[in-house]
Amino acid sequence: MSINGAAYVVGAFEHPTRKAEGQSVAQLHAEVAYGALQDAGLSKDDVDGFFCTAAAPGLGPINMADYMGLTKLRHVDSSDMGGCSYVMHVGHAAQAIKEGRCNVALITLAGRPRAEGMATGTVPRSWAPNIPDDPFEIPMARTVVTSYAMVAQRHMYEYGTTSEQLAWIKVAASQHAQHNPHAMLPKPVTVEDVVNSPMVADPLHRLDCCVISDGGGALIVARPEIAKSLKRPLVKVLGCAEATKNQAGGGIDLSYSAVRQSGAAAFAEAGVKPSDIQYASIYDSFTITVLMQLEDLGFCAKGQGGKFVADGNLISGVGKLPFNTDGGGLCNNHPANRGGMTKVIEAVRQLRGEAHAKVQVPGCKLALANGVGGLLGHRHGGATLIMERE
Amino acid sequence: MATMSANRAIPAPKEDPTTKPFWDAAREGRFLIGLCKDTGKHFWYPRGCSPFTLSNNVEMVEAKGTGTIYSFTVMRSKEPHAPAYVELDEGPRVFTNIVDCDLDTLKIGQTVKLVFKATEEGGAPVPMFTPV
Repeated sequence: MSINGAAYVVGAFEHPTRKAEGQSVAQLHAEVAYGALQDAGLSKDDVDGFFCTAAAPGLGPINMADYMGLTKLRHVDSSDMGGCSYVMHVGHAAQAIKEGRCNVALITLAGRPRAEGMATGTVPRSWAPNIPDDPFEIPMARTVVTSYAMVAQRHMYEYGTTSEQLAWIKVAASQHAQHNPHAMLPKPVTVEDVVNSPMVADPLHRLDCCVISDGGGALIVARPEIAKSLKRPLVKVLGCAEATKNQAGGGIDLSYSAVRQSGAAAFAEAGVKPSDIQYASIYDSFTITVLMQLEDLGFCAKGQGGKFVADGNLISGVGKLPFNTDGGGLCNNHPANRGGMTKVIEAVRQLRGEAHAKVQVPGCKLALANGVGGLLGHRHGGATLIMERE
Repeated sequence: MATMSANRAIPAPKEDPTTKPFWDAAREGRFLIGLCKDTGKHFWYPRGCSPFTLSNNVEMVEAKGTGTIYSFTVMRSKEPHAPAYVELDEGPRVFTNIVDCDLDTLKIGQTVKLVFKATEEGGAPVPMFTPV
């Protein structure tokens, strides 16, 4: 069953806060939900499908549905694949709409790791009790940054990728962030700035890493009849797919990601190819994360990511593939340590023609939002979403 | 300038009923890995099913404790330490640490050997590796 054309993204809202000292996580969920409904021109009682993840406070969707007074729900989904969950949820919402299980789906994300002083990337963390890999990996100081760093190290070994090439990803994000008044790091940086910033975990420098921020975002996905009754530009879901990649019982291969599979499936469902894409939101937890996804999505051949991103090729108005025109996780925000939501939101802005004028892709008709969730160097998920301006 | 690996405090592994024999062996200085008896292939990490067939026709067998570095990183914003994947001579790639050496000299492909490291609160020792 294809979801191509089954649903539209009719509402999108990104919380403006980057440090939520005065708001609880639940309040942030409510604020982004309200913002997205206002953006769509809908109200709370139009929502009959609700999507969140384990990052939402409570047991699955139950506590947040209660907090927000969502009394009309007939479809819920709290499937969690880390930071890319919200990309995946758009596809799940389109499936549910196509099956008639809901008409208006609300997807929310919120968190306040910055206000809570969380050491997001550099301290070993378990996701939950009874995880079978934890006893073998927590003592080994498995952290987010070291997991991604091992992938970068291997990429450099296999393909000759350089720190300077990775730095171009940050440079491009910073060029976009200078136009975003909410961005945490709005100052443009150079390749030299990145490679001269302190080494965190070889070969990733501080400026190869994303920011830690509070905030969140929400999306509204609706069936075509409803989308066409609203006043917003029409953003149609063409294809969406997810995949996981494992350690394979000791056969782990760090040269590719789950996105190789999710990307191929989403492109097939959408009936388009990478060279058709005019704008791409690519989850940028680290610079290497972007490089890996670009290769696995087919924007360039495996191993050629370094050359592809160099010389400003990701900068809007300069290069072939404008990416993360809000500044992305590298410069703008990374709410709740989960970047998938903001990736979809900026792609929606581009398709509506509502990105900042300095970074808007002229006549943007076809956009992609992509994410990786979990630990790229251990086990992770990938999700790919392709949308079209109708 | 050398960066010697720190003797960082290593959290004790949380043992579970399925992998208790692994930790018991570790306390005796023996390094076990999984063996799928359906396929004859070794696997990592130890578990109660085969990641190749899903059957529980598995056992833990002693590994030689030698291999090569598949990838690594040096964590520099904390006490210096080196998370790494080591490809064992038996085949599986094991997530571990490279210890007791100058971390600035590490290279992918380098030969390493097993060394057990004590953990906090009297926990079982954990398998790490050091250059040969």
